[in-house]
Amino acid sequence: MATWTWFHKLASPPHFYRIAGMLMPWFAWPAAILIIAALYGGLVLAPPDYQQGEGFRMVYVHAPSAWMSMFIYATMAIASAIALIWRMKLAHAVAAAAAPVGAWFTFAALATGSLWGKPMWGTWWVWDARLTSELILLFLYLGFMALRSSIEDPQRADRASAVLAVVGVINLPIIHYSVYWWNTLHQGATITKIGKPSITMDMLWPLLAMMLGFTLYFGAVLMIRLRAEVIRRERNAAWLREELAR
Amino acid sequence: MQPTGLLAAGRLLYARDLKLAFRRWEQITQPVVFFLMVTTLFPLALSPETGQLRQVAAGVLWVAALLSALLALEFMFRSDYEDGTLEQLVLSGQPLWWLALIKALAHWTVSGLPLVLAAPIVALSLAIPTEALGTVVVSLFLGTAILSFLGAVGAGLTLGIRRGSVLLSLLVLPLAMPALIFGARAVDMAVMGDVSRGPLLLLGAMCILSVTLGPFATSAALKVSME
Repeated sequence: MATWTWFHKLASPPHFYRIAGMLMPWFAWPAAILIIAALYGGLVLAPPDYQQGEGFRMVYVHAPSAWMSMFIYATMAIASAIALIWRMKLAHAVAAAAAPVGAWFTFAALATGSLWGKPMWGTWWVWDARLTSELILLFLYLGFMALRSSIEDPQRADRASAVLAVVGVINLPIIHYSVYWWNTLHQGATITKIGKPSITMDMLWPLLAMMLGFTLYFGAVLMIRLRAEVIRRERNAAWLREELAR
Repeated sequence: MQPTGLLAAGRLLYARDLKLAFRRWEQITQPVVFFLMVTTLFPLALSPETGQLRQVAAGVLWVAALLSALLALEFMFRSDYEDGTLEQLVLSGQPLWWLALIKALAHWTVSGLPLVLAAPIVALSLAIPTEALGTVVVSLFLGTAILSFLGAVGAGLTLGIRRGSVLLSLLVLPLAMPALIFGARAVDMAVMGDVSRGPLLLLGAMCILSVTLGPFATSAALKVSME
């Protein structure tokens, strides 16, 4: 089938190595422009929040990080499923390359949330539903990476971690909603969520630009990390030696 | 040679696993002893005062049960993997998910069920009122089953890994957190004198999900580990 040739081509390491190298700047430049524009828009142009004052500007780092933490886990799980179903080694490489990036974004979301929580809620940490499920997500990332690093055979590490990612993504909604119900049942803190009234355009566009910028940044980093993965996996291949010699 | 039917194969494997377990008593008793010990630590560390104990009883009971069951999880496939039985099971021609289901069931019978049986005693020692004992037993019955079937995936993935037990808890505990939430909640509601039906039903739904989907993931994990 002609429509499938691109898919098979994508699975060949030399072809993919070149494509990833070509795509990288196309992710990196728009990401840089968007992030700089969004920073200016968010930190300078947007008016202070009527309730939180200047503190609300944390949202421009916090929310996109939280979005990335989930987006990357989904990417990882989809890549793992593809890798298991079609036995595509490159898809395994995608999952492996994405995991540490996702873990750091999750950590960034937790850290910025904590910094934001201190002035707004008065504490560094609240056992709020969103915070808790984000923390569990971090544990899932760490488990995925720990499993990979403790299996020596690379092929077995690939497939074992792929099974784990798929099991994890099935569990993720269950974890999310159970934590959500847990907190609503508990009725602990009085302010569990920042009441978000309709947000003005001045505040909204930098946020959306930042989310898109972070996503593109992930794309750029993923391409770089994937090239490194390909080099690591194909280190004995003849094509790689030619490619690097050029 | 007559091919063995699914049910016959399942019965044989189940009987074999139970027989092996009963020949090594410590494997069955250790999680229970651990469970009793951990729950003894809490009154010592917190306070022997009944009212205060009752407040934390549900959480203590559930966390201790979860950790005890986790302790046994490591041994679900370990000896079969080391002596080659697991390889024979994979090659036996029986569907691997079915064998994984039976093995998880057998594992639950020897590691989860004793915890469920010991739970009323522990519950009484933690000042949980007798009216709540039914909820304690039902919630732990479902919870340990969830952990056995969900944990089987992790046990399959960590086969043959050095220091696999720490890794196993890192893999399984996040996945088991929803069960902990609803289990402890059900017990807590029963202790307060509320109807604990809601969380128990959710726990039951999770149990069904892990019993039905878990074995497929476990068989995939075992195949990866056996290559």
